[in-house]
Formats: sequence, C-alpha cells, structure tokens
Amino acid sequence: MKTTFLLPLFTGLLAAAAPVSLAAQNQDLPDQASDILAEGGVVEDVAIEGEAFDEDGPLRGTVTDESDWQDLGVAIPAFATDRDAPTPANADGTRALGLEIARVITANLRNNGLFKPTGPDRLPAPQFAQITDPAWGSWSGRGAEMLVHGYVRARGDGRLVVGCYLYDVALQDELVREGWVVRPADWRRAAHKCSDIVYARLTGEDPFFDSRIAYIAETGPKDNRVKRLAVMDSDGANHRFLTLGSATALTPRYSPDYSKILYLSYVDGNPRIYVYDIGSGQQTLVTENRNPTLAPRWSPDGRHILYSMAVAGNTDIYRVPVSGGASERLTNTPGIDIGGSYSPDGSRIVFESDRSGAQQCYIMNADGSNQRRITFFGGRCATPEWSPRGDQIAFTRIAGDFNVAVMTPGGRNMRVLTRGWQDEAPTWAPNGRIIQFFRTARNSGRSSLWQVDLTGRNERKLPTPVDASDPAWGPIRP
Amino acid sequence: MTIAFSKPAMAALATSALALSACAPKAPEDLPPPPTETEVLPPAPVTPTPTPTPTGPQVGTQSHFEQAVGSASVIYFDTDRFNIDSTDAAALQAQAQYFARFPQLTFTIEGHCDERGTREYNLALGERRANAAKNYLVSLGVSTDRIRTVSYGKERPVALASNAEAWAQNRRAASIIIN
Repeated sequence: MKTTFLLPLFTGLLAAAAPVSLAAQNQDLPDQASDILAEGGVVEDVAIEGEAFDEDGPLRGTVTDESDWQDLGVAIPAFATDRDAPTPANADGTRALGLEIARVITANLRNNGLFKPTGPDRLPAPQFAQITDPAWGSWSGRGAEMLVHGYVRARGDGRLVVGCYLYDVALQDELVREGWVVRPADWRRAAHKCSDIVYARLTGEDPFFDSRIAYIAETGPKDNRVKRLAVMDSDGANHRFLTLGSATALTPRYSPDYSKILYLSYVDGNPRIYVYDIGSGQQTLVTENRNPTLAPRWSPDGRHILYSMAVAGNTDIYRVPVSGGASERLTNTPGIDIGGSYSPDGSRIVFESDRSGAQQCYIMNADGSNQRRITFFGGRCATPEWSPRGDQIAFTRIAGDFNVAVMTPGGRNMRVLTRGWQDEAPTWAPNGRIIQFFRTARNSGRSSLWQVDLTGRNERKLPTPVDASDPAWGPIRP
Repeated sequence: MTIAFSKPAMAALATSALALSACAPKAPEDLPPPPTETEVLPPAPVTPTPTPTPTGPQVGTQSHFEQAVGSASVIYFDTDRFNIDSTDAAALQAQAQYFARFPQLTFTIEGHCDERGTREYNLALGERRANAAKNYLVSLGVSTDRIRTVSYGKERPVALASNAEAWAQNRRAASIIIN
C-alpha cells in the first residue's frame, strides 16, 4: 500500500545523489559562442638572419649556486621592424609591438632575481640592420654585459616573424639566436620563447617562461568566497576566467598537453572532479560515481588520472585511464590517503596520508605497491609535488605555520623556503627551479599567488586581477 | 515548539519513524496530497501531526529545526579529530528525536574544518566528520536514506577570525534541512 509514496520520495533522493546530466555538469561554464577559450596556435620555428656560429654550450653553471647573479647586466632594447606595418597584435603597428616584446622580456628576466635587465624604455632603439650587426661601442659604454636584440616582421599572410638574438657585448659575439612564426594573438609567446633562450643560454637551466598556470580566482568575504577556475600565462598575461563562479571550483591541474584541466567543482552540490576540455569548453565527471572525488592529478604521460575518493568518510587514492574504464584502488588504509604526484618517469607516486596519526608523506610504486613513509622530521608533510626534474619533492610543511619546503625523494635535506603564516600547495615551474604556491593572510583570509626559487632568496608576489589560490603550473609549451 | 520526550516515547517515535520514514511524502503539510494518496494514508495512531503555529517557522524549514533543537543542530570537533564525544552525542540525540518526529524530512550533514589544515586534506576530513555524525544518527534509528553528507573542508567558515576560538567554531558538522 505504501509503494505509491515510496516512489516519489526515493526518486527525489536518488536524483540528488546520482551523477548529473551533461547539461547540469556544464552549468557553471560560460557560453561557448565565442572562441575566447581557444588556447592559441602553434609557434613555428623559423631560420632567421645571421652568420653561422658554433654552439659552445651554456655560459654558466646552475642557478642554485652561490654566485651573485644580480650583477649580470642585460640590455634589452626595443625589437626592430623592417617596415612599420599594421598588425592585429598592436594597434600602432609592428614598431610598437617590437617595443612591447622587449618590455615583456625585460619583465621576465627581472622577475626571477637572476639578472639586472635594462629595458627598452631606458635604451635607444636599434635600426633593423643593427639587429644582426650590433653597434658594440654604444652598448659596452652602457655597462651592458649581455645584449638582447630582435625584430618583428609582418608576413603577407598576417602572421608575424619574430627573431631573437643574444650577444655577449665584451666578446662581441653572438651566443644564440632563434626565430618563430606566430599568429598575431600569440605575440607574447614569441617574447616568452625569446626570454627562454636567453635564460637557458645564460644559466644552463631548462626554459620555463613559455608556459601557463591554472589557478583559483577568489573574490568576496571570507565566509562567502566565490572561487572560479582561471588560467593565465606564466607572467600573468592572457588571463581568463573559465567558470562563472556560481559553483565553488578548487584544485585545478593542467594536462601535460594543455588540452584539458582537471579540477574539483561543487556544480552538482557535491565535491567532484571534472575533466574540462579547453577546446570544446565542455566538462565531464572523471568517474561516474556517487561518492565525493578529490585531489585530481595527471600522470606525466597524460594517460592516467589520479584521484582521491571518500567512501563512507574514508578517503583513498585511485587511478583511472583518461580514456575511461575501471578505476584501480591504490591505497587501502583506514586513514585519509589523498593527493599524489608522479615521479617524472611515471614509476612512483608521492602522496600524503594520516595513517600514522598525522599528515605525512609517503611514496609508493605507480601500481600502489611498496608504500612507505619518507618524512620523519618535525612537523607534518602535506600536498607533496614531485619536481619535473625528479630531484626534489616540494610540499607544505605544517609546523605551527604552513611553509613551502623541499626535500629529496628519500625524505632528506629538508629545506624550508618560505616564511609566511600560511603558505600552501606548491607547484613546480617546468624546469624544476622555481616554485609557486598560495599564501593566505591571517584573519582576512585573503589569498595570493607567490613564487620562490630554490634558494629561498628570490620570492615575489604574482600579479592577479583578484585574490588567487591553488596555482598549477603547466609544462613548457611546444 | 519545544520537544521533551521521555525515553520510551522517544523509542516509540523512533520505531514509528523507521516504519514511516520511507513512505511519507515530502512535506505533506505544504502540498495538497493527490486523491489516491489520501486514500492510502495510514490511520496514523502514532503519527505525530505537528500543528505549526501560524506565526512560527514551518516544518521543513531550517528555522523550524533550529527552533526545535536549539544549538544541537551543529556539533563540534577537536583539532584534526572526527570522533563523537559526549556533548556531540547529546546534540545528535536531540536531532534524532526531531527527525523521528518529522519522518518526512530529509537533511544534509555538512562537514567543516578550521583553516589550519591544507585544502585537500580538509575536504577529506570534513567528509569524515559528516559521516561520523551520520553514522551516529543512523545508530539512533534515523534512516540512512534520509541523510545526505557533503564536505566543505575549510571553504565555508562561520567564525572569521584566525584564532583558537574561531577555529573551534569552524570544526563542525551542521545538519541542514533539505527543502
């Protein structure tokens, strides 16, 4: 007799708990009518003008040595143009664009504390012919040890050719040059590529400027924060909000090829991980499941997703192929096992667990075998992230305050890099030499993105249009 | 509206709640029941038929629940803990009495944490707290089908200062009536 009542009640409950439709999953996403989400075109290498020269390796050792890099003066005058032509990249034409490119490079090289760059606003602009034949005397007279030259040329098809040259002023020698063909919309990428070859040539480190960052943009009061998925270039430019903010978004991670972002959204009322496809602007649940899913991570080859799932309150780490299929449970303890970060070769995973009674960091093989604790120093270990170089693990060290620290994969040589009240969630630059994290202010709860190098000496706040948390640095772009 | 049931009455209510919980339409006071449903309604010998005062909160609202149980709508936890202590147990017993009295109600238990934990860990810890409260209510006879859980980690604090007092208020599991 009671079945007539059972049905409405149970359908109501099931609808609240069951996976939602695709339309519901996408309700926090903007209208896809525009191509605003397109991630830009391919940057094509091109041979550029100049004499043949011998490649003779980087000039210096590692940036983590004790030498005082601030002394290396680098002059970066405006990039020249063969003919001041109109371009969608700059309302004032290619000459003005050349000035902008030099400004971007100057800011990049200044912002990591290794060089003393002098930008185009304080330097004479070279003629086009001087780009491959520098006026050495005028530059040595300005105290510049290194000189960056370059040019912009508008091609007939609307694309831009950007050439980039690095010269040693004292030796009057060209150290490196590269050129790229870019869409006008991608002109900043050429500036980042140029910054990268200068940085790599002068430091011997891998490049990192031409990369993007996904993060959470925060607005509103502490008890009612709006948290939106956002992305930007490594220098904060080309900023975009990807979600509208009606649902709380947290903990994004760029896929290795930048085509997707994993993140947590409350769009159906529950914390669940979605795969956001940047090209289509659509998103889907990472696993069709009624349980909360947390802490998404990519495998280095982009073929697997690590996630954590709470079942009846108990959180464990799972792995699922990106192409779909069954999830594989990797941890099986009564404690909270969460997060996880692959070694660069994909063979091991560092993760956090409170199975010992408090948050500590553990390593296991990629199939979940051989789990062992690696952190035994004072304090707790949370949000471990394996360096893309493999030599370090960054983590949130909780010892009263939260600070960003690094250690070896064996849990040794722990070094605390930051001194904020609450510094959390480190993410590595593609070259494994710089770490970003977010800092929360006491009382106000305001959050901001920060960057620190491995010495801990060069720390700076990143410019974001609103408060920001959960930075996730993507790899170097092709 | 206050409720002060004796233990036997409470047990009887709990039993009837179990029997009725799965078959009561949601918020019958607010919706005109379809004719067929009217015919199959039980004679309701023990069915509590709350008579909401015209001016007070309606059954099915959060304010009705909070007026009935007082501060017991929220339980609090020690740092990094999720166990139900004796204070929590008393509060959850008051909640169980209420949900036994109004078996048509479904509700969400929100698990929360203070800001002194990392974001992801706190999401998992909030899950633990919400489930600890849920499991205790189920042990008191509230049907598991009536309880949804959700963790907000440290994302939704109620006390905004960064001190021990505020953190204690934020380490909580709050029961919220589903409308």
